Amino acid sequence: MRRSDYLIKRAAFAIITVFVAITINFFLFRVLPGDAVRNLSRVPRASNELVNALKEQFGLDEPLWQQYVIYLNQLLHGNMGISFSNQQPVSENLKEALANTIPMAATGTVVAIIIGVSTGVFSAWRRGSKLDQVSTNAAIAFYSFPTQWLALVILIYLSPWFPSHGMSDPFLIDPTPWEHFVDVARHMFLPSLTFALTLYGEYTLIVRSAMLETLGEDYVLTARAKGLPQRRIVTRHAFRNALLPTTTLIALSLGYIVAGAILIETVFSWPGIGNAVYQAVTERDYPMLQGAFLVLTISVVFFNFIADVLYFKLDPRITE
Amino acid sequence: MGMRTDVTDDIGEELKRPAPHRGRRNWFWRVISESTQAKVGLGVLLFFIAIALLAPWIMPYDPRTSVGEPYEPPSWEHPLGLDDGGVDMVSLLIQGGRVSLVVGFAATLVAVLIGGGIGIIAGYFGGWSDSLLMRITDYFLVIPDLPLAIVVAAVWGPSLSHLIFVIALLLWTTTARIVRAQVKSVRERVYVRRAGSLGASDLRIVFRHVLPQIGPLLAANVVLTVAVAIFDETALTFLGLGDPTAITWGSIITFAFLRTAISAGAWWAVIPAGLCVAFVIMGCFWLGQAIEDALNPRLKVSYLSTRSFRVLKPAAPEDG
Repeated sequence: MRRSDYLIKRAAFAIITVFVAITINFFLFRVLPGDAVRNLSRVPRASNELVNALKEQFGLDEPLWQQYVIYLNQLLHGNMGISFSNQQPVSENLKEALANTIPMAATGTVVAIIIGVSTGVFSAWRRGSKLDQVSTNAAIAFYSFPTQWLALVILIYLSPWFPSHGMSDPFLIDPTPWEHFVDVARHMFLPSLTFALTLYGEYTLIVRSAMLETLGEDYVLTARAKGLPQRRIVTRHAFRNALLPTTTLIALSLGYIVAGAILIETVFSWPGIGNAVYQAVTERDYPMLQGAFLVLTISVVFFNFIADVLYFKLDPRITE
Repeated sequence: MGMRTDVTDDIGEELKRPAPHRGRRNWFWRVISESTQAKVGLGVLLFFIAIALLAPWIMPYDPRTSVGEPYEPPSWEHPLGLDDGGVDMVSLLIQGGRVSLVVGFAATLVAVLIGGGIGIIAGYFGGWSDSLLMRITDYFLVIPDLPLAIVVAAVWGPSLSHLIFVIALLLWTTTARIVRAQVKSVRERVYVRRAGSLGASDLRIVFRHVLPQIGPLLAANVVLTVAVAIFDETALTFLGLGDPTAITWGSIITFAFLRTAISAGAWWAVIPAGLCVAFVIMGCFWLGQAIEDALNPRLKVSYLSTRSFRVLKPAAPEDG
């Protein structure tokens, strides 16, 4: 198989997955009883014009399969309907929420990967030592803590020192860009810390077991026999090969990142997409819920595709 | 892989050859007796299961009756204090564990039945059923779990049985993949083919010859699935998608969040419930991991290890 073939195949898989998700999304909200669930135009307190406009846009008087085609077409134009709770377009709401989520979740994830990779490599290298036992069991513990619970515990013990609610201080009037940045960064500290702690355990365990696999390979024995220093064997020989399964598994853990975002943003009232999901569930705001599900799925599929490309770069053998 | 174990027998004097196969029914006790990790894991699980079974006899107070002031701190009478309604926390935890474990095991049972069935059909019969089923599994594997569960549960309405099915819907994919891969490899072994040519029916081959072979791996998968199911129960309940009247570990954490336990500083209303969840998950993890490790002889070899192998002993780990 040629290089381009592989990438095309993965891209096709990504697109079909998104398509499957859209289809699930469409039928889930329409086959089940309950008019409010099914009908995108039942925005509470909406004017007649809005209801009629939505009915026409989404063809709500047409048969189901035709509605499906219209729905796909509207999605392609970025139209996800109108939010029940604030009567704004769902896509606008989600765009804003996503922009708030990304810096917080990305900081937490990057910190988690750095801690996870270093403790994982170290644990595998000094396998069976006291430090390995402590580090591995700590990783299992953090992996086991329910995310929302960890967030609450952090809230109890660290909220006197850091802002625990929202994304910026509403009483900060006319801040300079620098002041605003510091304010947001301080608000970001607790949610990002929770994020890093809930994710790092899994990464440690993944990296550790991938490293244990490669440390048992013959080329590691050869490298030792050549008299290479241990540090070089670990970084150049074992770790490089352990990166392969690690990328795949980190890509598969993207679902955890999304789950983490939902739970953590709920606890800290971070105005991101996770909090939007929580609000949509409590307020029965179905168009928002549908939209958020799609956006989250598309981001996971997108990053999975990136991981596939990366994997390909790391391991040219894959085409054989 | 077969080659590699031979090599290690030569160099690793302390690496004991596993005890000869004493019939396939013994594998579980062999894993338990050889691994401390497995013993601890099984012990923790049995402890929580015993408490759940004995709940009616050991619960000190009724988990639905008020016995004091809201958020009364821990005392001799109430070692973990009272919750916002003045209910004894120990009784709440015991009752909550009961329901959480039932949800966890029931969801796992459903997930393993679906995943196992799909895995067996795909792996055993191969061909178009294999590619179709594995395609579907692939898509489900990528679509993020929690958002999908939220969407399904939000549309379906909150109840305990819905929760069980929603969690099962998320968890069957891993089982399906593992079972399919195993069935595919076992099916090609000589004794299975021989049984086929002797006229054994497909059903007989699957249940008598294939399933017992994949038993250990399936057991590890089941144990790890229970952990994820219990984790998911707390998350979905936290988002308001569980049964609002049931007492579970998830609902205890949720009520602490919603009813200002945090600002009241009532750590006893939050922390114990999360620790119970974490201990059950850790127990599952230790047990599951021990079974998986026992199945993967390759992990016993580490050419950089400083402990297990005599041939490597002289080299002290160097830091340079």
